[in-house]
Amino acid sequence: MDIAHSAQKPSPGEPPVVSVQDVSITYRTTFEKVPTLKSAIVRFGRGERAVHVVEALRGVSFDVTRGSSVGIIGANGAGKSTLMRAIAGVLPPSSGRVEVRGRISALLALGVGFNSALTGRENVILGGLASGLSRKEVVARAEEVAAFAEIGEFIDVPVRTYSSGMYQRLAFSVSVHMDPDILLIDEALSAGDASFKVKANAKMAELMKSARAMFLVSHSLNAVREMCDDALWIHKGKLMMHDTPDACIKAYTKFLEVGENAFTLEDL
Amino acid sequence: MARLATDTADEVHVYEPHRAGIPPLVPYFRGLWTRREFAAEFSKSGIRAANTQTVFGQLWLVLNPLLLALVYYFLIAVLRGGDSGGLPRLANLTGGLFLFTFVSGSMSSGASSVTGGGRLIMNMNFPRLLMPFAAVRTAWFRFLPTLPVYVLLHLLSGAGWSWTMLLSVVFLGYAVIFAMGIAALLATLQVYFRDTSSFLPYFSRIWLYVSPILWAVHDTAGQFGTLMAVNRIVNPLYSIVGGWVELSLNGVMPSPTTWVMGAVWAVVMFVVGSLLFMSRERDFTVRL
Ligand SMILES: Nc1ncnc2c1ncn2[C@@H]1O[C@H](COP(=O)(O)OP(=O)(O)OP(=O)(O)O)[C@@H](O)[C@H]1O
Ligand SMILES: [Mg+2]
Repeated sequence: MDIAHSAQKPSPGEPPVVSVQDVSITYRTTFEKVPTLKSAIVRFGRGERAVHVVEALRGVSFDVTRGSSVGIIGANGAGKSTLMRAIAGVLPPSSGRVEVRGRISALLALGVGFNSALTGRENVILGGLASGLSRKEVVARAEEVAAFAEIGEFIDVPVRTYSSGMYQRLAFSVSVHMDPDILLIDEALSAGDASFKVKANAKMAELMKSARAMFLVSHSLNAVREMCDDALWIHKGKLMMHDTPDACIKAYTKFLEVGENAFTLEDL
Repeated sequence: MARLATDTADEVHVYEPHRAGIPPLVPYFRGLWTRREFAAEFSKSGIRAANTQTVFGQLWLVLNPLLLALVYYFLIAVLRGGDSGGLPRLANLTGGLFLFTFVSGSMSSGASSVTGGGRLIMNMNFPRLLMPFAAVRTAWFRFLPTLPVYVLLHLLSGAGWSWTMLLSVVFLGYAVIFAMGIAALLATLQVYFRDTSSFLPYFSRIWLYVSPILWAVHDTAGQFGTLMAVNRIVNPLYSIVGGWVELSLNGVMPSPTTWVMGAVWAVVMFVVGSLLFMSRERDFTVRL
């Protein structure tokens, strides 16, 4: 599947579609191990707060031109989803700057804002409304999304009863049904079954014709190699490498000091 | 299907570090308005998921404040040595308590609206003010079923009817605007101080006692002197709940001070709460 051939080409002198300039993102989560009033008062008295600081991205810079499909690889907790959130505009950078040219449906960023007590359809509708679509558009989309995901009557069942594959089918089909200029797909297919993977790959190839750029976060290195013509390798919040998928994958696997096969077993 | 490279007018989005500051108000409120259906749907699906659509769920919405009203009613009867004030007192009590429940319900669900927003906030980009506003909508739809009960008690208590009672709607309006403001304020506080919601019940309880709910505005005439004069100014619910009960139950025109203080508090709370929220909301996502 060679996507690069059907993709759009940048016109000369055109600014990059996505430009990430020295971006750092720091999470500050407040949490209590034992959330009691007593501990709250004790802490309050001492004037300290339990804040957990995570530097999820540190000084990441790269540009992406029109028509690129960028694979993002890296270990768990490397900061891949955080980077996607920054591009979608959900997480403001703590420092640095992100420029995006085109419509990103933030909805597609990482699936719908899944509230597990609500049904799949309600989640899709809520997500669509939050991203600014009208009710009529959203209801029609929900129908298409359900049809593509092929989860049958489960679309009207609370999401908490879904299997992880069903959940990802729904998330993926939401992301590809919002006609964005820039497609962000995070971890879409790791739990999907073989037939859905084939269908999803075909859909992504089709979308690349109309999309300006695609970002694909995946632990399946083969998928990155097949679908992408550019790649980023992130490790502990730092951009280690920005190169062709082959080069990045080679460096990444070497870095892990594990044979590449160990990672590609999950692939078909 | 393929869109031409030239037909998508360049929409440039620039994301830069958060600065505490208020975003341009007109585009913000326009975005809020275009997504109002989201707030409605969010609150509706929340209500659906909480099973309040069932018969018992609906009944509970009415029973809960009514039982509470009865408890207070008997408490007052005991404290006053048997003189409970009869049905008029009960009607007065429920009228105030139901509206108070709306405000305190907006406060508690508003406080957790952002921190409980989880994946929706993490993964989507929309004006966050919709979250506390949706919480107020939910509280409002929990308040509505209690209105018929209030009307029934009104009938039973033998209170008369008059056109001036229609003006009580204005005080409902004050209450809604006030609730939106305080929900936004508490939602912001909750992000920074997770203890906010654990202190809220105590705070609400005290607020209930100092507002004209368990006691009526006309009972206290001449009593407590300056303390009551201060309460009248600094307690928003003195005017909002007091005016609502005076009008809706007794058809008595509230004093000009009540009208003015109610309006001032509603507007001040709305402006302060929503501006504070908006100035901090870009910071919320990294703090969830
Ligand atoms: N909401 C959050 N609050 C606090 N810390 C967070 C939050 N989300 C992510 N992190 C932290 O940020 C770092 C990067 O997380 P991120 O989700 O971007 O990783 P990832 O590369 O997507 O990992 P995975 O491959 O497992 O999906 C991790 O250390 C994680 O603990
Ligand atoms: Mg991730």
